[in-house]
Amino acid sequence: MPSTIVTLKLNGTERELIARPSTTLLSALRDTFGLTGAKRGCAQGGCGSCTVLLDGRPAVSCLIPVVTVDGCAVETVEGLADGDRLDDVQQAFVDHFATQCGFCTPGMIMSATALLNREPAPTRQDVTEAICGNVCRCTGYEPIVTAVLSAAESRRDGAAEGRHDSAAERRHDGAGERHRDAAAPLSGKAAG
Amino acid sequence: MGRLTPIDTTYFKDERAGDFTVIGSAVQRSDARGHVTGRTLFFEDLTPPGLTHVKIHRSTRHHARIDRVDVSGALEVPGVLRVITHEDVPNNWYVVLRLIGVGPDDEPVLAEDRVLYRGEPIVAVVAETEEAAREGAARVVVDYTDLPAVLDVEAALADGAPIIKQAGTNHFVYEGHPCRRIRFGDVERGFAEADRIIEGRYSSSPIEHAPVEPTGCIVVPQGDGRLRIHSNTQAAFFTLDNTALILGVPPTSLRVVGGTVGGGFGGKVDVIVEPLACLAAMLTGRPAKYVYSRAEEMQVSSTRAAEHIHIKDGVMDDGRIVARQVTLYVDAGAYSRHSPYGTTKAAAHMPGPYTIPNVHVDCYCVYTNRTPSSAMRGFGVTIGDFALESHMDHVARELGMDPLRLRLKNAYRDGDMKAHRKIASGTALVEVIQSAADLVGHDLPPEYRAMSSAERPEG
Ligand code: FES
Ligand code: FES
Repeated sequence: MPSTIVTLKLNGTERELIARPSTTLLSALRDTFGLTGAKRGCAQGGCGSCTVLLDGRPAVSCLIPVVTVDGCAVETVEGLADGDRLDDVQQAFVDHFATQCGFCTPGMIMSATALLNREPAPTRQDVTEAICGNVCRCTGYEPIVTAVLSAAESRRDGAAEGRHDSAAERRHDGAGERHRDAAAPLSGKAAG
Repeated sequence: MGRLTPIDTTYFKDERAGDFTVIGSAVQRSDARGHVTGRTLFFEDLTPPGLTHVKIHRSTRHHARIDRVDVSGALEVPGVLRVITHEDVPNNWYVVLRLIGVGPDDEPVLAEDRVLYRGEPIVAVVAETEEAAREGAARVVVDYTDLPAVLDVEAALADGAPIIKQAGTNHFVYEGHPCRRIRFGDVERGFAEADRIIEGRYSSSPIEHAPVEPTGCIVVPQGDGRLRIHSNTQAAFFTLDNTALILGVPPTSLRVVGGTVGGGFGGKVDVIVEPLACLAAMLTGRPAKYVYSRAEEMQVSSTRAAEHIHIKDGVMDDGRIVARQVTLYVDAGAYSRHSPYGTTKAAAHMPGPYTIPNVHVDCYCVYTNRTPSSAMRGFGVTIGDFALESHMDHVARELGMDPLRLRLKNAYRDGDMKAHRKIASGTALVEVIQSAADLVGHDLPPEYRAMSSAERPEG
């Protein structure tokens, strides 16, 4: 079969590539577009490290021939932060030590993002179900569940205060404070 | 950020002030932002132009003679650039522990006339694409004559067992001895004096680290003739030196770029992918990637060793352990890798953190036709601890005694002579048990609460 031209709406921007029938979405993202956030832990749909959002729904990109998703919207971990400002899920993963080696993290964050987009007030059970296709060998999952629940809360707080656009500012301020906190122990000012 | 855990400073109040600013506080990882934004660069996130791919044809037998290897089918696959056999490897035999003086070299990079485990690499295929490399590897044909396989450590050491290793024994040799030994006091006299003899046998299965990121590397030839190795190794310099030895090149001609490991747990300290990827890059003049598939990661990469451990204790009715004999077998699998060292660690860890006057320990590093085992989080120690502490519980049950009290009674105290003939110092098992008992609300009688690591009670 010949190669074809595929169009994707990639993190909000229209992009084209020439794809062979066997080219996976994961390989298109990593090898053609240089978006290496999505990882290849198994290439067989078992680990979730390659998870991205496909028209808003989480999908394991290693199993999807890219020619079959022509015209779809694809969101990857690279599209979440606003410049240096982390989004709520990313910030919660940092704050709650939900990332260790980091290899499962982009996929985990995309599964969590899909959940929060569809269910702003998830239960613990909702969270464990949402990430049940994402393997993490380092954290033992508990910090990840805590992070996702806390991200849901910060998103709700942001929404309740009616700051659609200013959610990013809030994150920015928060990040600044956290930055000072993290630096303080090194300068010996955070005792107690 | 506030303190998470209160710190009891009484134990070291004479040595330093308790004015900690970091211990007990949450300090963020320096790499967390990179991880959550996808900006952390793992080795496979690099795509150098002209990258080639390495895939391996592996043994389908546990133990067999190789009669013939036919690579012609692989060379016919479009995109296959070349095949690599043992004849292409400058120094095909190696042992990673050579760097700390352990020998002999007992493992081939690629099998020569024999395979010792299922999954052993025989031929490497280098191709333009991963698909072509995989197809090429599948087209290699190997004719085997099966040989008797040894799949159990104790069977491997039994009289008449087939000898699978070139060195002539199915065990590593420690300074002329078949095992790592500890001899302290007179264990037979201890057994004779004891009120009770309590024995236990413990065993474990191999454990796979299963990192989410498979083991692999990308090697990029540089303009100055050096090779730059982007690897997820946990041991950059170990990899550099062993790869240089295998390739027969000065270490200065290699450069390892690493430090970002997508889960290792000890599984990424062997030197498996780098030598072949370097060779592929040298032979084609192009960058080369060798990364395990998930199936290879699970089936072929080293595991934590399976162990068999027999413990025989001579015990007094009051709970004192007066003699302990341990026989421990580490299943190294087909090749040494880190197991001779792991077995030494096992011996160093016996008889546990207890003061026992008569100790006799034999720790065997045994070769079988199973997947080689190697490092994994506390290897040599973890399974031994499982056996020792299971046995302590078993002894306590036999004596009808609280297991914590049994441990408190026998725990090392400062100044005790250990079985390894070192004086115990800085011991803290007593205090740790007391604190643990407090935390779980376990009632310890005043006599046990008053104990201290600084002194041994009478009796
Ligand atoms: S790489 Fe796609 S599920 Fe593992
Ligand atoms: S953080 Fe390492 S696998 Fe999840």
